[in-house]
Amino acid sequence: MLPYIVFGILSAVALASGIMVITRRNAVHSIIWLIVTLFAVGGIFLLQHAEFLFAVQIILYVGGIMVLFLFVVMLVNLDVALKQAQFSRQWLLGLVTAILVFAQLAYLIYKIGAGLSLPAQPAGPEPAHNTQAIGQALYQTYMLPVEIASLLLLVAMIGAVLMAKRKLE
Amino acid sequence: MIPTAYYIMLGSGLFTIGVIGVLTRRNVLIILMSIELILNAVNINLVALSQYFRSVDGQVFALFVITDAAAEAAVGLGLIIALFRNKETVNADEIDLLKW
Repeated sequence: MLPYIVFGILSAVALASGIMVITRRNAVHSIIWLIVTLFAVGGIFLLQHAEFLFAVQIILYVGGIMVLFLFVVMLVNLDVALKQAQFSRQWLLGLVTAILVFAQLAYLIYKIGAGLSLPAQPAGPEPAHNTQAIGQALYQTYMLPVEIASLLLLVAMIGAVLMAKRKLE
Repeated sequence: MIPTAYYIMLGSGLFTIGVIGVLTRRNVLIILMSIELILNAVNINLVALSQYFRSVDGQVFALFVITDAAAEAAVGLGLIIALFRNKETVNADEIDLLKW
């Protein structure tokens, strides 16, 4: 029973603060609500025994990416933007489209059933040491993808520096 | 044990909120935050299914998604700074030079 209660609270917090993110006028408030969402999603990872991913979520997402966002919001903070219309002209169309997509997804998940018609769950216990299992998968099975991801980060870093430079020569 | 369908339902809800944010907001920064919401919804699904199949492959993939999110945020925010320096605006519908 307890996991259901925890799941209910966490998902309610995630969805409510997600809605707050996209409705706030001030971008700094949006970031604060996004941090609440990220914590709730991290709690959901923890609920599924994905401890390593929980730690990465907190350290990298909340500690890294959100601080980057805050810096840029402070840098381009416009008092003018606060007084302007916050939603684009086609907001109604966008809202209806997104809700239609959600209705389709929800209908499918509901229709295909509680079992989601997934293949049968493999027997046996779940991997005990989460961090160790992920480490072994990362450095044995996924060696090349890890290297490619590091290259991607390098390219993104150079790209960001180039983009934010004052003048391109 | 919570059914996997619950997690996938939550993931689709969060995904929808992100899509609404991308489609309706004018502020580029908040559009970027909505993309982060979408990526988190994907991660919820990946972790739920990796838990279901009793393997860590989905969680490793979620790690790669987080790496991508970091790269995307860095480049996107650099673009926003360049944009703000040139056009003095952060509204997506005022960036219409390519519009016919």
